[in-house]
Amino acid sequence: MIWLVFALLTFAAAMSVLAPLARSRKAGPLAVSQRATDVAFYEGEVAAIARDVERGLMSPADAEAAKAEAARRLIGAAVDPVEAGASRRNRTLAALVSLALIFATGLGLYLYIGSPALRDQPLTARRQAPPEQMDVMAAVAKIEAHLAANPNDGRGYDVVAPVYMQVGRYADAARALAQANKLLGATPEREAAQAEAHMMAGQGKMIPEARQAIARALALQPDFAQARFYVGLAAEEDGNLAQAREVWTKLLADAQPGAPWADVVRGRLSRLGAAPPGPSTAGALTGPPSGDAAAAISSMPEADRSAAIRGMVDGLAARLASDGRDAEGWLRLVRAYVVLNEGGKAKGALADARRALAGDVSAIERLAALAKQLGLEG
Amino acid sequence: MIVETGHYALVLAFALSLVQGIVPLWGALSNDRSLMAVGAPAALAQFAFVGLSYAALTYAYVVSDFSLINVIENSHSLKPLIYKISGVWGNHEGSMLLWVLTLALFGALVALRARHMPDDLAATVLAVQAWVSAAFLLFILLTSNPFARAVMAPMEGRDLNPILQDPGLAIHPPLLYLGYVGLSITFSFAAAALINGRIDAQWARWVRPWTLIAWMFLTVGIAMGSYWAYYTLGWGGFWFWDPVENASLMPWLAATALLHSALVMEKRDALKVWTIFLAILAFSLSLLGAFLVRSGVLTSVHSFASDPQRGVFILMILVFFIGGSLALFALRAQALKPGGLFAPVSREGALVLNNLLLTISCATVLVGTLYPLALEALTEEKISVGPPFFNLTTGLVFLPLFVIMPFGQMLAWKRGDLLGAAQRLTFAFGIALVAGVLFAVIHGEPALAVACAGLAIFAIVGAFVDVFGRITSAGLSPSVLWRRTIGLPLSAWGTTLAHAGLGVSLLGIAATGWGVERVMAMRAGDVSELGPFTVQLQGVHQRPGPNYSETVAMMTVSSGGVVLGTMNPSRKFYSARTMTTTDAGLMTINLGQVHIVVPEQSPDGSIDVRMYWKPYVALIWLGALVMFIGGGISLTDRRLRIGVARRAQPKATGASPQPAE
Repeated sequence: MIWLVFALLTFAAAMSVLAPLARSRKAGPLAVSQRATDVAFYEGEVAAIARDVERGLMSPADAEAAKAEAARRLIGAAVDPVEAGASRRNRTLAALVSLALIFATGLGLYLYIGSPALRDQPLTARRQAPPEQMDVMAAVAKIEAHLAANPNDGRGYDVVAPVYMQVGRYADAARALAQANKLLGATPEREAAQAEAHMMAGQGKMIPEARQAIARALALQPDFAQARFYVGLAAEEDGNLAQAREVWTKLLADAQPGAPWADVVRGRLSRLGAAPPGPSTAGALTGPPSGDAAAAISSMPEADRSAAIRGMVDGLAARLASDGRDAEGWLRLVRAYVVLNEGGKAKGALADARRALAGDVSAIERLAALAKQLGLEG
Repeated sequence: MIVETGHYALVLAFALSLVQGIVPLWGALSNDRSLMAVGAPAALAQFAFVGLSYAALTYAYVVSDFSLINVIENSHSLKPLIYKISGVWGNHEGSMLLWVLTLALFGALVALRARHMPDDLAATVLAVQAWVSAAFLLFILLTSNPFARAVMAPMEGRDLNPILQDPGLAIHPPLLYLGYVGLSITFSFAAAALINGRIDAQWARWVRPWTLIAWMFLTVGIAMGSYWAYYTLGWGGFWFWDPVENASLMPWLAATALLHSALVMEKRDALKVWTIFLAILAFSLSLLGAFLVRSGVLTSVHSFASDPQRGVFILMILVFFIGGSLALFALRAQALKPGGLFAPVSREGALVLNNLLLTISCATVLVGTLYPLALEALTEEKISVGPPFFNLTTGLVFLPLFVIMPFGQMLAWKRGDLLGAAQRLTFAFGIALVAGVLFAVIHGEPALAVACAGLAIFAIVGAFVDVFGRITSAGLSPSVLWRRTIGLPLSAWGTTLAHAGLGVSLLGIAATGWGVERVMAMRAGDVSELGPFTVQLQGVHQRPGPNYSETVAMMTVSSGGVVLGTMNPSRKFYSARTMTTTDAGLMTINLGQVHIVVPEQSPDGSIDVRMYWKPYVALIWLGALVMFIGGGISLTDRRLRIGVARRAQPKATGASPQPAE
């Protein structure tokens, strides 16, 4: 439908140029030649002088002088009348150039900058849309309205908090989590999520609110991994690297094999200059960790091992370069580069990922979160 | 779909402007009529497409389509409808679209008049105009696209800057743009004249209405902006020598000079090179204004959030058009044949003096505006060239114009009679003297205010002396007087009104010297003297608005125990932007205004109040309105202008016919 409208507009634009070119143009009444306007101008001057004399604004003697001057100008301006031509070759050429400009510039530029697939989103229509067609923002607004009417619905806060995180309203997410804790009873997961929200709201810094939330989470469950990881982050931010190293090393030691977050912790540790203990990261790179592969790699000599890991990372990068729609893959790749201490490549992969996943909002959010976590931004 | 259609239409308009920039020019250069004929329809189509695009953006604002980044950043669903519409141009991207719409509008108007113009002139003018359009369309599409979409549409926007939510904003920019962009047409005419190599009286005749239109709108646009600043910014001032204000004043000065020098060109075929130069200069200055506002080289109430990429782009536009036209000018200017000769004391001579003074004031403002910027760029030293500099320098250069103006109207073309003119102005001089004495007695100090007010009266009365003389010169019988009054060319009335209007504005400005200011804390019931009036604070209360909440102070103004009225100055708090604005209370009493602002409310219940009494202040803007009307009257006078070359006469006799306008 929209392409039909575009086609009509393009047609109208082309016609506005082609129609005048197509009209045959001999010396018709429309064409105004230079000589003709000269004479008309002169006649107008003489008429104006006559009018002024008639109205008594100019004496006849002055009028004669003025007329003489006007006539001198007419003669001075006299140019050899050049017959304006209209060459068929020029016309065809001009038509072709114009059409090329209209089509190439019009479509080319529009496809480059336009978003033909995006529909209008008038506010009233979005508000009235049935729930299953509602966009995230409208859904949030709806839940907010519900919560405003039922402020004691703890589950509502629980539902809306991750959505807030997704759309970047971190402070709101923290508030919602705190409400949910109050109404439903505190859980370490919510406290840790709240800490994360505060961190994001503070541009990745461990602001006091975040630290308090971590402390609360640990009070509820002292071995809660996420909270312990944050304790390490806080220590690192304070410059207390020894403590950070100690906390994370202990965390890894306690980790169950194949814990999905273990890579992140290892990455952090290696950035601190400590050799990450435990099994290597390679298994987590290309897919679900396969025990055999991991074992095989970890049993290799040091040089071979890093070569093997590199090979896997390169393979992943190549796969993503040809098909970039795998959000998990991108996240792994970025992490892997950080683990390999290749910050530049990590940043490059991050930028590539953003391009490849443009439009997938939740993936972009996760990328941003990862980037912050790994300290790739800011 | 409407939004993307608007987006596509804008891209098509750009494509069309390229066609319009190439084909008609090619036609004019190869003398091919078919190619020249493309100009007008292409210009009309381009206007239609930009108009469609503009309508689509307005639609997006009206229905609060927050999938457009521009709408998110500058609108709010609760904003009153008028500000949704005016909000379209209350931001960088939208205002650029309005700018381009105005460019296209002028192109379309020229296209409609093209049938009456020589083919090659019309074709070249439209082509040059299209280049200007193309440059700005590309600028919009690449760096400032109002149709950029957000990945995820929020449910609420960030609201328009509260200071811009005002009826003043609804009118001020469109008027100003008609002025700025109107100058693009005179620029296109100048460039076309240089390209075609024909620069003569006829050219001046074709350009005249466009210069007038641009000048008229620039005049009211500036005045409107000044009035808006006066009542919203809450400083009680009407002109701040803000670089952006200067950026609008400079093209006005150049356009005024152009208007006058084009007159000499049309009537006497003289000052041709100069006129072309002024036409280029006037538009260059309006481009410079655009650059200053949008590049981020300066920050002011007017500057939109800007990024360096835009600055560089506009700088390129600036360099291309100014450099290109000046190069063309350098190539062609020597080829111009000198036109009519004239003596120093003559209408032409007076107009040259006018041009000299106007361009010097323009240069002064330019230096004062750019010098601090250049200094900061070179040495990182920040200096501020403030009102004292501008008041002194432009005042010194501009004030003599008020003396010359009436003389200029009285002098004959080619050779004038200064003494005769002076004699006939004795009357105006006398009135000005009496008025000055009266002002001194009534208002007293400062002397500068009295002197300027007297000068203003001289200019106003002097403006009418000429038409009065012409009407009465053939005898005083009623029938003759009547015949002469209606027989007088409309342009004579236009000149008179425009000159008188400038005098009226000066009177208003001079009277600011007699203003009274009071700053104090007041509680309900408190009374204060303000010049000839007594102001009492009745109370303070809260009032909710659509997208703000308001603290309103109720104040009564009385004189000699008689209550003249109540005023409601207020402070508005806009929650979306957490910004507060002040709405001044204004009461107009005999052309003067009581102006009250409440900048602060203390916790103890008292409010800070700033009060001004400004006698005759309304004249500043009324004067601009009179100038606008004068321009309009002159515009309706479609006669050709003929300059009568008069022989030197032994003495001016009252009965001799006056030169036709």
